[in-house]
Amino acid sequence: MLLRLREVERAFGGVRAVDGASFEVAEGEIHGLIGPNGAGKTTIINLVSGLMRPTGGEIRLRGERIDGLPPDRIAARGVTRTFQNIRVFPEMTALENVIVGAHLARRAPYWKHLFFLPAAREEAMTTGARAVALLDRVRMRERAAERAANLSYGEQRRVEIARALASDPGVLLLDEPTAGMNPAEVASIAEVIREVARHGHSVLLVEHNVKLVMDVCHRITVLDFGKVIAEGTPAEVAKDPEVIAVYLGAER
Amino acid sequence: MVGWLQEAWLTYQSVVAFIGLNAILALSVYATLACGQLSLANAGFMAIGAYTGGLLTQKTGLPLAPILAACTAVPALVAVPLGLPVLRLRGVFLAIATIGFGEMVRLWFVNWDYTNGALGLVGLPQRAGPLLVYACLGAAMFALWRLRGSRAGYALESIRQDESAARTMGVNTTAYKLGMFVTGAALAGLAGGLEAHLTFMVSPSGYSFSRVVDMLVYAVVGGATGVVGPVVGAAFLTALPEVLRAAGSALGVAPGPLRLFVNGLVLLVVILFLPNGIASLPSRLRARSRERRSRAAPAA
Amino acid sequence: MAQQVVNGVFIGSIYALFALGYTLVFGVLDILNLAHQAVFMLCAFVALTLVESLHLHPLLSFPIAVAAGGAIGIALERVAFRPLRGRANSNIAGLISSIAVATIVEAVALAAWGPDQQRFPFGMIPEAHARALPGLQRALGISVTVVQIIIFAIALLVLAALTVLVRRTRLGRQIRAVAENPTAARILGVNVDRVIAAAFFVSSALGAAAGVLYGVAYNYVAPDMGRAVELKGLAIIILGGMGSMPGAVIAAYVLALCEVWTVAAFGSSYRDVVSFAVLFLILLLRPRGLLGAAATREA
Repeated sequence: MLLRLREVERAFGGVRAVDGASFEVAEGEIHGLIGPNGAGKTTIINLVSGLMRPTGGEIRLRGERIDGLPPDRIAARGVTRTFQNIRVFPEMTALENVIVGAHLARRAPYWKHLFFLPAAREEAMTTGARAVALLDRVRMRERAAERAANLSYGEQRRVEIARALASDPGVLLLDEPTAGMNPAEVASIAEVIREVARHGHSVLLVEHNVKLVMDVCHRITVLDFGKVIAEGTPAEVAKDPEVIAVYLGAER
Repeated sequence: MVGWLQEAWLTYQSVVAFIGLNAILALSVYATLACGQLSLANAGFMAIGAYTGGLLTQKTGLPLAPILAACTAVPALVAVPLGLPVLRLRGVFLAIATIGFGEMVRLWFVNWDYTNGALGLVGLPQRAGPLLVYACLGAAMFALWRLRGSRAGYALESIRQDESAARTMGVNTTAYKLGMFVTGAALAGLAGGLEAHLTFMVSPSGYSFSRVVDMLVYAVVGGATGVVGPVVGAAFLTALPEVLRAAGSALGVAPGPLRLFVNGLVLLVVILFLPNGIASLPSRLRARSRERRSRAAPAA
Repeated sequence: MAQQVVNGVFIGSIYALFALGYTLVFGVLDILNLAHQAVFMLCAFVALTLVESLHLHPLLSFPIAVAAGGAIGIALERVAFRPLRGRANSNIAGLISSIAVATIVEAVALAAWGPDQQRFPFGMIPEAHARALPGLQRALGISVTVVQIIIFAIALLVLAALTVLVRRTRLGRQIRAVAENPTAARILGVNVDRVIAAAFFVSSALGAAAGVLYGVAYNYVAPDMGRAVELKGLAIIILGGMGSMPGAVIAAYVLALCEVWTVAAFGSSYRDVVSFAVLFLILLLRPRGLLGAAATREA
């Protein structure tokens, strides 16, 4: 098991945003995380990526605990993410954004760059080329030199995904990547996600677009009020009476 | 002709040297601004560097090079235990903490008998000249300029634009912020050491909060988005009072308050109307003319 | 011992007025106004000039100087803070802007009055009022002058007026609303611009009040008096918790008492060390201070 959450809990004062959630993500798996608004999905992403600490339970990556580690150490272990409200670096170009993402993959120390040594120059070129290739994968190659703040919403989203892939992570956390996109864009992102999994990365996909999740995911976990109410393949989850009740059921 | 040049040089030599010195100070502020931190501690680090240099020159027979190395290293060492807790603080708290540190250093030296208290060290030999200052400035500019395009340079810029997001990409923001804080301290210390050997003396009154304001003004006025900006700001604001000296005496205003007034006014105008500094003027003018052209020509 | 408590409470009241000025502005704008100490200094000079040149009674010069301070505060907000409101890094920009204004004001004061300490004219205060009251001296062993009592009374009056303003008036409610959530306040119909201007008026008036009282208490008016008090003010709002008015008041008295005891134990050259010690201790151990919100960055 690549990523395992066990009885993870996050309380804010008296409110339990995440209440004893447990699920697992396997290698190469696209794992969906769905649930109504406020179910705790983004909180789980924040917990796994280290921007928040759980107030209970544990999170393990390849058997080792990562809860409580600072975000940069978790990233170093191969967990990267995108943000629900898109946080590209606004004053950098798309290409530069992706190059920042490659931070962990670069090795040449500063002094080598300072003295124009070939090792540093080669690494800079390789990093740049890899960044272009990543932008190509998300179909943003033509806009590589454009300032991120000037890109459209969908374009920024794709840059963010390319950026998160730049360090070759084991697990990619996507927080509502298709929010506000039209069906063509959604399909395009779906293809990117499938391709990412084919390359060997695992994906934890938080989404509101249930159809996308059903199409793309190998397994799905359903949250409500911070608790896991169902887990399984898309077919299993679709038939689960609790899930149906939550999505089609009573007013909240 | 040559005689005229020689005369001019003698008159303006110190201004030229001070432009270089102030440029190094401006770069020390730029170092922390480059990753989004406003540190107002550099007058304190400058004082530490100056006193280190002055004391070493007075008490030992060491040549200038190792002494300057010490002026750079001692403040850097102090910056580490100071920076670790202080850099965790939110912007305004960091500013307050660093203001406090600077004042504390100054008061320490005012009250320390070993360094002659408020009188400071006097009668230092003049071992530094404009050439040395500009050599140091050149080295500092080069080192900071080479950050662009390097792994560290990208990391710093990412911290400046969105620190949390940068962390999720594996950027060790604590290490980088501390690194730049220490770099700023080292540069300020170097400037302090150079100044001590340029002006024959070290006195606590030279490291008050208004010194920090000076440095801040150079960096902001010049523009803190690149290496050239702070140097331009320092040159402009060091030369300006000299130019205004004549006007000042005509108005009957002492040079001290006049310089202070000009600094404050220029800083205010810049922060309100040209926040990225003088160095950003060319690109703003270019953008303005591009806009005008595209409005004139109808869309294709 | 009792004498030290008296001294501490006395000076603490003045510190409280000064620190509350920072708190008010920080509350509504989330910005530290480093020009506050310049208003403190300038209005002390205003009072001095009124007494010296116009031969005004000192008690009369007080409200005039305070009103002048308020007016300066409104101008300050309009010139140095309002234009920055939309910007992304408005906190740092506001800080820098206020530093610029403080520098300008200091330069003007230096040019106008010179760097040296000035005193209120001899004879401004009747001899009897400047000597310790013998009755209290005998009864409680403490030396207090009539001047000190008046200053203390004025300070308390101002504090009381401020409390009434903040807690019981419509403006006070609006200020608190804007401090809490400017967007919500605007939606609810509060004229945020006017409230912010009003907050600056009150804040600078407080600074002016503190300046005049300080100037009279120590008989010391000089362009560098603001610098001396600035760091104490910052230590106080950090100790009390940024944005908390009761915190600022409590912290002011705590700091003043610490200062008095430190001077009694170690000598007056150590007085300013107290502010730094408090500042760093609190920032390192409990940045939120006594009554404030969290100060460290969120991850």
